[in-house]
Amino acid sequence: MPRVLSAAPTMDHLDQLEAQSIYILREAFARLKKLALLWSLGKDSNVMIWLARKAFFGRVPFPAMHVDTAKKFPEMYAFRDTYAKEWGLDLKIEPCPPIDAVDPTLPPAARSAARKTEGLKMALAKHGFDGLIAGIRRDEEATRAKERVFSPRGAEGNWDVRDQPPEFWDHFNASPPQGAHLRIHPILHWTEADIWAYTARENIPIIPLYLSKNGKRYRSLGDQDITFPVASNASNIAEILAELESTKVPERAGRALDHETEDAFERLRVAGYL
Amino acid sequence: MNMRVPAAAPATPNGTSRPQVSIVIVGHVDHGKSTLVGRLLHETGSLPDGKLEMLQAVSARRGMPFEWSFLLDALQTERDQGITIDTTQIRFRTNAREVVLIDAPGHAEFLRNMITGASQADGAVLIIDALEGVRDQTRRHGYLLHLLGVKQVAVVVNKMDRVDFGEARFNDIKAEISAHLEGLGVKPVAVIPISARDGDGVAQLTSRIGWYKGPTVVEALDGLEPAKPLSSLPLRLPVQAIYKFDDRRIVAGRVEAGELRSGDEIVIMPAGKIAKIKTVEGWPQTPVTAAQGAGRSVGITLDRELFIERGDVIAHVGREPQAARRLHARIFWLHDQPLAKGDNILVRLGTREARGSVVAIEKAVDPGSLSNEENASIARNHVGEIEIALTQPVAIDPYTENARTGRLVIEVQGRIAGGGLVLSIAAGKRAAPVDIMPVESALQPQERADRYRHKGAVVWMTGLPGAGKSTLARALERRLFSRGGAPVLLDGDTVRAGLNRDLGFTPEDRAENIRRLAEVATHLARNGHIAIVAAVSPAREDRAAARRVAGDLFREVYVATAAEICESRDPKGHYAKARAGNLQNFTGIGTDYEPPLDAELVIDTATRGIADATDELESLLSKTGVLFDDIADLGANI
Repeated sequence: MPRVLSAAPTMDHLDQLEAQSIYILREAFARLKKLALLWSLGKDSNVMIWLARKAFFGRVPFPAMHVDTAKKFPEMYAFRDTYAKEWGLDLKIEPCPPIDAVDPTLPPAARSAARKTEGLKMALAKHGFDGLIAGIRRDEEATRAKERVFSPRGAEGNWDVRDQPPEFWDHFNASPPQGAHLRIHPILHWTEADIWAYTARENIPIIPLYLSKNGKRYRSLGDQDITFPVASNASNIAEILAELESTKVPERAGRALDHETEDAFERLRVAGYL
Repeated sequence: MNMRVPAAAPATPNGTSRPQVSIVIVGHVDHGKSTLVGRLLHETGSLPDGKLEMLQAVSARRGMPFEWSFLLDALQTERDQGITIDTTQIRFRTNAREVVLIDAPGHAEFLRNMITGASQADGAVLIIDALEGVRDQTRRHGYLLHLLGVKQVAVVVNKMDRVDFGEARFNDIKAEISAHLEGLGVKPVAVIPISARDGDGVAQLTSRIGWYKGPTVVEALDGLEPAKPLSSLPLRLPVQAIYKFDDRRIVAGRVEAGELRSGDEIVIMPAGKIAKIKTVEGWPQTPVTAAQGAGRSVGITLDRELFIERGDVIAHVGREPQAARRLHARIFWLHDQPLAKGDNILVRLGTREARGSVVAIEKAVDPGSLSNEENASIARNHVGEIEIALTQPVAIDPYTENARTGRLVIEVQGRIAGGGLVLSIAAGKRAAPVDIMPVESALQPQERADRYRHKGAVVWMTGLPGAGKSTLARALERRLFSRGGAPVLLDGDTVRAGLNRDLGFTPEDRAENIRRLAEVATHLARNGHIAIVAAVSPAREDRAAARRVAGDLFREVYVATAAEICESRDPKGHYAKARAGNLQNFTGIGTDYEPPLDAELVIDTATRGIADATDELESLLSKTGVLFDDIADLGANI
């Protein structure tokens, strides 16, 4: 049967990122028994939900879980409640324990953030998920850059950075040991600029806190008391992209937990933080 | 209707049209990989604010002079020990490229991490210490680049400051490494003298290397090309899953090569079933009319209901991959335990998972030392050529025909333990011809159901020898026949005497035995019969495979009679022979029986009479919609 060579439209950069993420999401759904997608309400996990809807033709076939520190911005809660409904998500809201339950040797902001790790452990024990889909990216932070796409966790949710399994050619280690779980990272290969360019292209809704107000905007959203805005005049996505083109300020500069001590963020992550 | 808005931002990020390339830095430990990465970022102005100061502080805290490698060696243990443990990525930009730099550890102990990093690369920089010259990890990494399919390699000879920027020393190393790489079929795009610490040769040529006339590292990177999707090759769509979220039955996967569109005539391998693509599904808009090329994740529907499962490969008729059970591969091995002849392994080819065994090992070698070694096994971090026999036919391409579908990984205990390239395929005699076109029965299922007053089903009785499977199966057969039904008994031993005469009792043969039983039983059930299978079928995985073949028709019945009772009954005298050592691989004594975890019915014949047990079986079939309850059914028809 004679065929015309390559009648298919060529893929641009965002098409390639999207196709790879969909592949990862479908692998996770095919190979794990009980999945949940961690929805932090930020720009990255919103893109991730959008990708899951593409992967599964409009329907996200696993719960979207918000591990809630109860300290998010009001705009974030409003966003969650609106779009959980509009997108037809099976939303699970899980609480975090009070600060007293958290490792007191951590510096203050990291300790506060570690509540989420504890909340995550409680949610895992409650639901028995064997896979958690998380929207971290390599370009955010140096220990995240060392992550696998399918990252095995110990029974306590801990990350063994010294013994990560080999992962190549899109073959993933998808057999968590009894009682343990896997983290799946479908947008690990995206950058901050990719997220914004894709959000604009797909017309994905965003929380207005990302856009400049009185000369400031949030580049990364977390708990209200340990997240700070950066100086910016970017009031739409095109302006954000232009700003990212020239900025030398790291994305998580406004996230206090990253900067308290040299090893604070690694300690959080080894213990199971995202 | 949720329409795409016109792009508010350029399609490539950061407003550029630079192609993005991924480049891995490899080489022997301490030859300066991480330092080169730090220098590249610095020279291209890509370091974020505060990073230089942070590195100074981190270095000072450890009482060290300024250390570039701390940029990427982010883990505490890496910084404390001064080594790279795991691979990482960082980005920078040159005039012509968006570069994703992948740093890979040089220690032999962390070769798995080097492979993880290098497998994602379009090109590589192989770094060599000018003082130390080519070392074993240099050679090993060079060899692995070739196995991983990374063909664009630039070599840098680092620490030229420590050999007084001597041209003669540089030329010696250049000759040695070029010969090694060319022996592997890799021609280096450049060999560059540099000092990563001082910057010579990285972004500019300095007077200290005035004798060198080639490109800088940055210029060499600018010449590397991103991997191109395999659009011009024949279509390969490995099936990831079948979704039935609504009334559509969507076959999902990623186009690894070629392209597809609705209306295409396709063949599903390895079974060789033929169909047409009815639609290409999408979201938010569907259906999708444009052709879908290599690299796209797609979903399609077919024009007919065919049995299709994860691991199948969809191709165009006449241009399909081979179906085979034996293949020859060149692999690298990462597991502590060497891979030996006779080992049972799990192989992943695309989305296919297949069990198999290593039939032969040839040319096991340490690619670092280049000495030929033993042929009985492949040690950790060594490479070799092996022959693999799979328990089922799978669709495969040799890597010379398709670099993406012609590669495999091997898993041990749920963890990737090795991988490599498919060199050749021995099309086995069981391989399916590709032009088979199943002929459908002239009768409608309802016609048979009306006559037999039941639907088709596979009743799969599993249990130890002597548990009472055959007795129960015969009783059920009689019961169903008496009520006008059409049961067929498929006894394991009976089938072994004929259809399965060529099979023994190794795990592979047992799996094949079960597969054939399942295929025959399913065929009968699809034609309205109740196929009653009585077979020990000890392996849970084999029974799961049978369930996959039969699908909704499958009813698993565990005849759970205690082992001592089975042995005391010993209807065929097998236990006695096995105890006397005259029967190898006899389930019950020699090999383990894996009881079902989720059988539809469990019957212990020690506590239940035959009539009772048959009642239970009949009631299972009624409850699960196989047998029609006469009165109600007649009523429904009036």
